[in-house]
Amino acid sequence: MKYVLDNVESQFEMFQILNEDGKIVNKNSMPDLSDEELKELMRRMVYTRILDQRSIALNRQGRLGFYAPTAGQEASQLGSQFALEKEDFILPGYRDVPQLIWQGLPLYQAFLFSKGHFHGNQFPDELHALSPQIIIGAQYVQAAGVALGIKKRGKKNVAITYTGDGGTSQGDFYEGINFAGAYKAPAIFIVQNNRFAISVPVEKQTNAKTLAQKSVAAGIEGIQVDGMDVLAVYAATQAARERAINGEGPTLIETLTYRFGPHTMSGDDPTRYRTEDMDNEWEKRDPLVRFRKFLESKKLWTEEDENKVIEEAKEDIKKAIKQAEEQPKQKVTDLIGNMFEELPSNLQEQMEIYKEKESK
Amino acid sequence: MAQMTMIQAITDAMRVELKNDENVLVFGEDVGQNGGVFRATEGLQDEFGEDRVFDTPLAESGIGGLAIGLALQGYRPVPEIQFFGFVYEVIDSISGQMARMRYRSGGHHTAPITVRAPFGGGVHTPEMHADSLEGLMAQQPGLKVVIPSTPYEAKGLLISAIRDNDPVIFLEHMKLYRSFRGEVPEGEYTVEIGKADVKKEGNDVTLIAYGAMVHACLKAAEELEKDGISAEVVDLRTVSPIDYDTVLESVKKTNRVVVVQEAQRQAGVAANVVAEIQERAILHLEAPVLRVAAADTIYPFSDAEEVWLPNHQDIIEKVNIVINF
Repeated sequence: MKYVLDNVESQFEMFQILNEDGKIVNKNSMPDLSDEELKELMRRMVYTRILDQRSIALNRQGRLGFYAPTAGQEASQLGSQFALEKEDFILPGYRDVPQLIWQGLPLYQAFLFSKGHFHGNQFPDELHALSPQIIIGAQYVQAAGVALGIKKRGKKNVAITYTGDGGTSQGDFYEGINFAGAYKAPAIFIVQNNRFAISVPVEKQTNAKTLAQKSVAAGIEGIQVDGMDVLAVYAATQAARERAINGEGPTLIETLTYRFGPHTMSGDDPTRYRTEDMDNEWEKRDPLVRFRKFLESKKLWTEEDENKVIEEAKEDIKKAIKQAEEQPKQKVTDLIGNMFEELPSNLQEQMEIYKEKESK
Repeated sequence: MAQMTMIQAITDAMRVELKNDENVLVFGEDVGQNGGVFRATEGLQDEFGEDRVFDTPLAESGIGGLAIGLALQGYRPVPEIQFFGFVYEVIDSISGQMARMRYRSGGHHTAPITVRAPFGGGVHTPEMHADSLEGLMAQQPGLKVVIPSTPYEAKGLLISAIRDNDPVIFLEHMKLYRSFRGEVPEGEYTVEIGKADVKKEGNDVTLIAYGAMVHACLKAAEELEKDGISAEVVDLRTVSPIDYDTVLESVKKTNRVVVVQEAQRQAGVAANVVAEIQERAILHLEAPVLRVAAADTIYPFSDAEEVWLPNHQDIIEKVNIVINF
């Protein structure tokens, strides 16, 4: 009788390129990115951090609705998105709005999603994505389907989906990675392990030492990546994408990260389940600080660059929130109209009733 | 007597039963140290320890299966589904498994499980959190479905549910959690499952509702009073089984009925109530029984809740129709 758990678990080592000091520790894995691309990555991370801060403020003023803070997870979110092509398909979780924005979702629509307005989910045709999934893990099974569809159509694209550490406990998670594996479908499954599923620490979520190792049972590749290192996340996603479009099947990528803020802005209080020491420990790994140091050492980033992005972000946000606020209020007749291609008789009747009510 | 919000009364009911019966276990996502996302289990883990009150991994289906398994080991599980909008993830455990445990084993096994969950709308949750899915549950034979509308009843009904030897779906309307306080006795008492309650007496029309809509009915009744219309308000409190004795008694008194539900109109609890009334008391009716319900759409995005949810004005409109019929 031979057990292999220890052997398997010890195989999963965290993949890192930039350490906390912004120094390259893994030169061979350094992705082939131009100076302009490196700067663009930084620009997006800074912009997204500002967007997060402003979104929190707007939520507190009652000008936004549901909002799940993103600070801390920029490298995981934007590093992976940066490896995508325009025709790749994103199936995000509820915190993954930044990936949608950088893939082409207009900012005002992201705000409308937050406000609970259906127009926020009426994506532009050129954006290949679903609106953020609310049911934990549901996107994983759907990603297997999108990926199989891409494969059947003979396209050189991938389906990429995101969940968190908690999401890996759902049946849908296992079903999704297993189906994609069974069909060798071009899917990339990202688990942003930010240590807490609302309040429950990952240690209580599973007895597995890593979440990446869950790939083994599905017979697919898996890797654990430093989720605070944008270059490592980018490199891992790009490699997964190459494998996927070459017919080598799906990959599970666990990014080790941390959300600096609360779970959502709906009353979550992280001090109930996280210590200040832990927060401080993770803030030292801030993906922006690390990447900024790296770029500064290469003379690619200055305070001036940073301020320019901050101003640009603030200006865009101001315009977008105004546009979102100008969107006409939803009416029950709008909601009825979105139910079916052709309204069934009960809804035709109700449409008339509500039209009359709304005309008063 | 203490003044409590409904959520405090719910916590108190679990505290009473955790004390009373060592087989009671409370678990779910974030219910431990965090005390639940609505704080329904606040302080219970500190008081009773992690053996009795504990966090589960994030999987509703797992929570349902775990409850069934623990019940088979003689425990009395009180699992929480964080929002009832997530119930689809656990529908097999509830409808496919626990509802038929007694039936398919000829009484050899039972499922004394109380599934608690916040439901209903009006508090601007994200998509798929809010909904009124009690109709789904009421259609499943083998389940009791309880929906309190006051703190007093929430505590008494929850204690009854936990002591019940069959599965009970206990739905807590999110908008009622903290919207008002009411008197709640200390210690143990029960409110019987399957019994409706006349919340306000009246002679001209009967309003039948449950959950948050009871309060919309009371508000409508208050307004109607100004127009000289005396409305009786019947709170079903349990939507499966329904207490038709109380319903019919009121119908025979007022001869006019409006049934109110927050859920969409089609195939809901109200439709069932209307059907039973006409079968059992058609000769007592002076007007057709009308319904107030939401439009047959998916539950709206949060910014449209106000225009979509039924309210006291919709009730008054329907009352005027049955009164002037």
